[in-house]
Amino acid sequence: MADHDDHAHSHLGDMDVRVRALETLLTHKGYIDPAALDAIIETYETRIGPHNGAAVVARAWTDPDFHQWLIADATAAIASMGFGGRQGEHMVAVENTPLVHNMVVCTLCSCYPWPILGLPPVWYKSAPYRAKVVRDPRGVLRDFGVELPPDTSVRVWDSTAEVRYVVLPMRPSGTDGLDEPALAALVTRDAMVGTGLALAPVPGSAPA
Amino acid sequence: MNGVHDMGGLHCFGPVRPEPDEPLFHAPWEKRALALTLAMGATGQWNIDLSRAVREALPPAVYLGSSYYEIWVLALEMLLLERGLITQGERDSGLCMSTGKTLPHILHADAVAATLARGSPTERPATAPARFCQGDRVIARNLHPPGHTRLPRYVRGHPGRVLRVHGAHLFADAHAQRQQPPFDTTAHWLYTVVFDAQDLWGPDADPTVQVSVEAWEPYLEAAPA
Repeated sequence: MADHDDHAHSHLGDMDVRVRALETLLTHKGYIDPAALDAIIETYETRIGPHNGAAVVARAWTDPDFHQWLIADATAAIASMGFGGRQGEHMVAVENTPLVHNMVVCTLCSCYPWPILGLPPVWYKSAPYRAKVVRDPRGVLRDFGVELPPDTSVRVWDSTAEVRYVVLPMRPSGTDGLDEPALAALVTRDAMVGTGLALAPVPGSAPA
Repeated sequence: MNGVHDMGGLHCFGPVRPEPDEPLFHAPWEKRALALTLAMGATGQWNIDLSRAVREALPPAVYLGSSYYEIWVLALEMLLLERGLITQGERDSGLCMSTGKTLPHILHADAVAATLARGSPTERPATAPARFCQGDRVIARNLHPPGHTRLPRYVRGHPGRVLRVHGAHLFADAHAQRQQPPFDTTAHWLYTVVFDAQDLWGPDADPTVQVSVEAWEPYLEAAPA
């Protein structure tokens, strides 16, 4: 797919003009409320994003009951933290261990667990990722600078229906004394898609 | 449909290039495109499977040459045109030339939070017992329907194993058949089916890799004993 830097003047014409005209037209038709559009954008710019997923992971790392619930019924466990709905109606959490590393993709479009990760990044929706990760997941990990031990097996989850996956990454070593907010800061979006690992703590950040 | 959207396993797209510190949107119009798509989706004049079907039916060169939000805008215009909600002249000029149709649902700002929080769950009561259970050996059927389907080409004809039974869910292929509401809400049992990479990609594939898809029951047959 095209790089993002030519979006404004693509082969489709000026996208800014095109979308603005469409919004004006649909408003005049009475099909949309522009204030609702503002509310949708504000939701995904401020309230729904990977910080939600990071909070879920941090709780799973610190609360064994929640961890068990998340693996058994991710939709309910995640809903208990106030996250759910559109593009996360049916959630499954898959756990990384020293023996298995999980990665999530939608080869057919761009399915992604919006309530806990927000809107997907461009690379997740791109042809290179969708084409390669089901055939050469270790190669994709190398594209992200991640090298797994050769004896760690790789599980790729292709989201072909309305089930949405989130990866529960391994808790980094040296984090025993950290509380949930400090742990959540180590949980990146990529770690929850499986193209990355949770960050190592900054030395000295854990209480003695 | 055997389209270019069905990308699993294709070569020659090059490496994945994550963008450091990627912004949520790359241009202001992308925000409006996202919100327009969601707001019009909430009118109920189509469903998510019909949206996907229209995106997949874009000419292959257009699909591959467009960003994801460009694809969304093109598909949204197509959905509006197909249903007579706008005319070609209105799309080209941006001018409103006729009164809009009366739609039963309009998404207003005060309903956005509840609408997003509700989403569109696809699980439905099952009308028949599940044919397969966890651990069953199955084969993804060799199907090539011309319409919308969610069975990727790269698993068709290959043996796998049922990992999880998800209940009965709206069957995407049927849900995308009827252009206008009421849509076909046939539900079928949905399974996670896992495949060994060597069954999908041959003996040279990484033996430590497995790939799963979600497959509705009509996509599967029992593997020979």
